[in-house]
Amino acid sequence: MADKQQQVVVKRARHKSSVKDPGTPGVLKLTKDRFTFMPNDPSSPVKHNVEFRTIKGHKFTKDGTKQALLNLTQDQGGNYIFEFENFPDRNVCKDFVASAIALSGEAGRTVPEKSAVPIQDEQLSAAEMERRIKLLQEDSDLQKLHKQFVIGGILSEAEFWATRKKLLEQNYSRRPKQRVALKNDMWSTKPLADGQSNRVTFNLTPEIILQIFAEKPAVRQAYLNFVPNKMTEKEFWTKYSRAEYLHSTKNVIAAAAEAAEDEELAVFLKQDDMLVNEARKKIRQVDPTLDMEADEGDDYMHLPIQDHGLPRNDNKDVLDSQYEPYRRSFSQHLNQHAAVVLQGRVIDVELGDTRSVAEALARTKHAELAKDASDVYLDKERLERISRMTEIEDLQAPRDPAVAPLSIKDPRDYFDSQQANAFSTLGDTVSGAKQLKCSVSTREAYCSLKECISEIKFQGLTEPTINSEVAFKVLNGLAQNISSNKYHLGRNPNESVLDSLPKITREELLLHWSSIQELLKHFWSSYPITTKYLLTKATKLKDAMSQIYPKLQEIKESVQSDLRHQVSLLVQPMLQSCVFMDQAFCCRP
Amino acid sequence: MSPPVPSKILTDDVSLLMVLIDSNPHFWSSIKPHFSFSKFLSHVLAFLNSILLLNQLNQVVVIATGINSCGYVFDSSSGSVSQRAESLLPKLEEFAENDESLSERDDDSGNGVGSSLLSGSLSMALCYIQRVFRSGPLHPQPRIICLHGSPDGPGQYVAIMNSIFSAQRSMVPIDSCVIGIQHSAFLQQASYITGGVYLKPQQLDGLFQYLATVFATDLHSRNFLQLPKPVGVDFRASCFCHKNTIDMGFICSVCLSIFCKHQKKCSTCGMLPNVCRSIFGQAQTRDPSASQQRK
Repeated sequence: MADKQQQVVVKRARHKSSVKDPGTPGVLKLTKDRFTFMPNDPSSPVKHNVEFRTIKGHKFTKDGTKQALLNLTQDQGGNYIFEFENFPDRNVCKDFVASAIALSGEAGRTVPEKSAVPIQDEQLSAAEMERRIKLLQEDSDLQKLHKQFVIGGILSEAEFWATRKKLLEQNYSRRPKQRVALKNDMWSTKPLADGQSNRVTFNLTPEIILQIFAEKPAVRQAYLNFVPNKMTEKEFWTKYSRAEYLHSTKNVIAAAAEAAEDEELAVFLKQDDMLVNEARKKIRQVDPTLDMEADEGDDYMHLPIQDHGLPRNDNKDVLDSQYEPYRRSFSQHLNQHAAVVLQGRVIDVELGDTRSVAEALARTKHAELAKDASDVYLDKERLERISRMTEIEDLQAPRDPAVAPLSIKDPRDYFDSQQANAFSTLGDTVSGAKQLKCSVSTREAYCSLKECISEIKFQGLTEPTINSEVAFKVLNGLAQNISSNKYHLGRNPNESVLDSLPKITREELLLHWSSIQELLKHFWSSYPITTKYLLTKATKLKDAMSQIYPKLQEIKESVQSDLRHQVSLLVQPMLQSCVFMDQAFCCRP
Repeated sequence: MSPPVPSKILTDDVSLLMVLIDSNPHFWSSIKPHFSFSKFLSHVLAFLNSILLLNQLNQVVVIATGINSCGYVFDSSSGSVSQRAESLLPKLEEFAENDESLSERDDDSGNGVGSSLLSGSLSMALCYIQRVFRSGPLHPQPRIICLHGSPDGPGQYVAIMNSIFSAQRSMVPIDSCVIGIQHSAFLQQASYITGGVYLKPQQLDGLFQYLATVFATDLHSRNFLQLPKPVGVDFRASCFCHKNTIDMGFICSVCLSIFCKHQKKCSTCGMLPNVCRSIFGQAQTRDPSASQQRK
């Protein structure tokens, strides 16, 4: 019902307060200066009559998406969302709205915003827009460039981002997810002991159960064996808790006593045989050719504090051997815990079902064992390497050299004395040299040398060694020398003239540098100028560049006099590039 | 009862100082009116004694650089008690006699001042240092100081450069105090490459003050001190064929030997390479000033 250039557009639409809202059906009527919406249901309160003057922008979904939406935004943030029955309808309204907004004095600018409704000439996905916006927010220099060129109309968005694809991709794939490791607070699962009663409560969560199974293979094995045949899960954990409690009291004898009575409890109280086997296997795999030299730093015997700072109680009572298996070793537990933490999470099973967790762990352990056992090749390689490392060099036969010997001329030709060159050295002294004339024969020279030595031998050193005035002069001279060097070369060689400029100037210079680079890049990429589009682009770039030129001159003038020379050296290539671009543009074919 | 822990703990500021004294008689007789060898010795001996006083564990070794030979004349760690520096005097006298006997009879006046065997004494110093390195994990930090005045002998270029690179590799700084009339290009390069200090004192009768202010500090303390820096370094090399100092020359692309004329065949490695032309560093090169922009 609408054709181009007309005054009124009437369409059926639904007004929605938000994208998800089903909306109220009605009729939308657009005229040159206002739009009205009348709902089908007369009793509905959703009636709108809004002038286009107050509408600042419009947004719309892409053709082909689920909903044909048109969103008219106001300055204060209010918006009107209309859903149309089909896309052609929506597009007609969209065009009308655009022209209406333009007519009512506002440029029909479409503002890129953070909502899920993107607008651009290019087909951009929301994710892409987000990435660009995030990148701009994070890098303020990039934002300045973007503002200068894209908003200033010199470059288009597409061109600006065309050279920065890598940045966008990088941004996207950053931040791999970090996984949470096992907790350390096995050590602090102190049972909650009620003060009043004689009850001790243990809290076992699936996480803790996983940790227990990972660190104590004997417990895991016992679980698989006992539950559900011999006892229920609750009973199992009760017994385990009892064992833990006994351990925490550090009463070895009581532990032994209880173990003797209850067979299953004994499993928890005794030392873990499976762990011992694993440890033995690991020790066998250590490379025997590892050369560890001990020196005085490894002398642990004579440290004032025994045992690395841990107080050793020398009054260890020697228990009967029958109690030995029930003694717990703190360092062993610590090592085992550390080994498990370093391994990370080996299984992926849900933690709810204890049995499946135990089985999964057991399976992984078996797989590891099987792999080790079947690795005969690995063993062979190790043996070979060991035999290679331990061979005694003296007893080896000389090996044939694999390379041809390099023939170099006799080095004595180069190290010979200066006799032949005594004459030639006379003319070769460094700048500003006065040549020393020695008109004394060798013998006389040696004589005087020896005389000097005997003079000192008999007279001793001069007293004072040095005159105080001379010393003072020397110190002054050195101090001046060092401070003038510092002045010229900078406090440290890494400091550049940029750091000695005031902050604003420095920022400006850096911004100009990066803008010039950007302009040059785009300028040369548009060569050779074959189409009109390229010509306009090149003209725009050249104009932008010629605007920078006077700014640079200004900066040069405004700098302090002592830095001026160095700053002008810095600014020189920038000025040159402005001039060259100008020339290149004017001289184009 | 545990056995006593060894008490020899070496702190950061213990140094082993190798002092190379220029004993070129021609040089000393030519400089006689301004500065005599005896005055020089008195300054140096006072300096050496003060080094030994700075720290009980400091060591000083003195090597004399003659024109025909080089020799050790003092080692503070020899003998049961640390000796005073004056005990080098008799040995120095012996060395001078020895050196004289090695020189040829007809090498007489008019030749100008020849150069002393700096390469020899540098090599001896480096060998001593290597021995100290191999003596155990606890050793003082070595450094070399050259008190040199004779002009550079371009014939020693290759040997000196080799010593410099080996000092650089062992991280031994070479300090230079030039008491002659002109600057020494070799020593400038040595100090530049190894990270030592190069100084040409303006006033030779204040030599002790220069030594005590600039060269007495140990390597650890140098991180906190501002020591004099030369403005430029003379990077010129000598050609391998005539031993002349040259600015522009030809280089063998295989073994990097330097020649002053185009050669068909490289005399060092016997190859027939593309002998290309290259420009050496110019005199008085400035340190590259940081005129790069940075983000």
